[in-house]
Amino acid sequence: MNTQAIKVIYKYEMLRAWKTLFQSLASPVISTSLYFIVFGSAIGSRIEQIEGVSYGLFIVPGLTMLSILTQSVANASFGIFFPKFTGSIYEVLSAPVSSFEILVGYVGAATSKSLIIGCIILLTASFFVDLKIMHPFWAAAFLILTCISFSLFGFIIGLWASNFEKLQIIPLLVITPLVFLGGSFYSVQMLPPFWQSVSLLNPVLYLVSGFRWSFFEVSDVSVGISLFMIVVFLLVCLVIVGWIFKTGYRLKQ
Amino acid sequence: MHTIVSIKNLSKTYESGHEALKQVDLDIAEGEILALLGPNGAGKTTLISIICGIVSPTVGQVRVAGFDIINDYRQSRELIGLVPQELTLGAFETVWNTINFSRGLFGRKKDPQYLKQLLKDLSLWDKKYNELRTLSGGMKRRVLIAKALSHEPRILFLDEPTAGVDVELRKDMWAIVRRLQASGVTIILTTHYIEEAEEVADRVGVIAGGRLLLVEDKQALMQKLGKKQLLIELKEPVSALPESLSGYQLELSTGGQQLIYTYNTQGDGTGITALLQAINAAGLMLKDLRTSQSSLEDIFVNLLKEENHS
Repeated sequence: MNTQAIKVIYKYEMLRAWKTLFQSLASPVISTSLYFIVFGSAIGSRIEQIEGVSYGLFIVPGLTMLSILTQSVANASFGIFFPKFTGSIYEVLSAPVSSFEILVGYVGAATSKSLIIGCIILLTASFFVDLKIMHPFWAAAFLILTCISFSLFGFIIGLWASNFEKLQIIPLLVITPLVFLGGSFYSVQMLPPFWQSVSLLNPVLYLVSGFRWSFFEVSDVSVGISLFMIVVFLLVCLVIVGWIFKTGYRLKQ
Repeated sequence: MHTIVSIKNLSKTYESGHEALKQVDLDIAEGEILALLGPNGAGKTTLISIICGIVSPTVGQVRVAGFDIINDYRQSRELIGLVPQELTLGAFETVWNTINFSRGLFGRKKDPQYLKQLLKDLSLWDKKYNELRTLSGGMKRRVLIAKALSHEPRILFLDEPTAGVDVELRKDMWAIVRRLQASGVTIILTTHYIEEAEEVADRVGVIAGGRLLLVEDKQALMQKLGKKQLLIELKEPVSALPESLSGYQLELSTGGQQLIYTYNTQGDGTGITALLQAINAAGLMLKDLRTSQSSLEDIFVNLLKEENHS
């Protein structure tokens, strides 16, 4: 195991965020605050409680998921896309590192960054609402599993993308709609029956629901199913990454 | 001499169907400087990329110090440093960070002392905290060399090292190459500048159309294929060659002022003595004598011509 290589890749990727520390920290804090002002205070004050939880509080888990999903995908995809774009990926390919080590370095760093951002958002939220987490262990588990699997997903996008446009298109056209329609800001039970069924096809629903359950014991689907779905998503991503490394798809000729 | 890189029956066909390499066999001796000479698109970069692990071979086997480049990729790659042809560098990291990254990537422990000396040797020390994107092309090339040497490789590949490089850097580079060779490092460089191969290489391999046409000791190659010319300047121009000289390989040029005699240095006799006597007998007065040897360039062009004919 070339631990030295994992270390330098990880450090290199973390340094990238460190250099733009202000942006890295300010953007989640500001966007979370804006959501709270608009949804939590302005609109939320006119919305009655959802399943016994005030609206401002209700959106915290969804809001956190919204940010860490987009951050995981953005960080991981850019981290591997940029060396491909500049050509400096040659070095990683010609180094005595295994695919697994490359993966741990890049995805590990992206996961860490989104975890940190997730914590910052929860911290920011606690200034606006009286935040209590009923099952901290499960909240952490959902958070970590989500960061890992969506960083893996981002890594796949970064490998697949052959230009900047492709790099943006999946987050923009797939992730954002899925997150908004995945019950981040509402309970799926508030939808008409038809749209409730459609929502069940949305993987993000299971993440948000499970994460929300660990906060308030309120969920759209059962926690077991949530956990099962996220593990399935993680495994699917792992299989795809494994296939990419085995065939050298978009990496080696 | 001990073989450090052994290439057997190596072929590469890209997905597009392009056959970049055709059954290449090559043994590279430890400590030598081998120049791979060939026009653009000859397969030089593909050959290097396969050895370094960037491109997968279609058929064939490559061993580096006995290690198979696919099954024992860790051991083989640890020994290799690669300076790519393009200026493929990141943008926002500093010189110091990027060479530390390279060293770590190859599994080596930190060694600031070694890296400091390396940057000094490459005149990069005062740029160590500069971001890569702020460097000039020549400086970037130096950084690529520093990255390739950061893990103290035993074999160094230089792909078109002097493309777009100024005289000073070229000189520095050859000084480094010679110093590395003195410390036992094997160097393989690709080039389409023949003077370059002539200047630094111990052996020259000529590659064209994916085939390795020949690999020869540089001196031997020059001698074997090298034709020499004797240029004889006459005091008075002649309109035609005298009858008595028609038996010689002579050409008349510069308006009858000069005779060009082409001969092979490897032959039993060059025929110069007889020729000069014959010229004397024909009553021609000589003004000057000069010889010129065909350069590697001429040899190369001839080889390519032969390849195209066959």
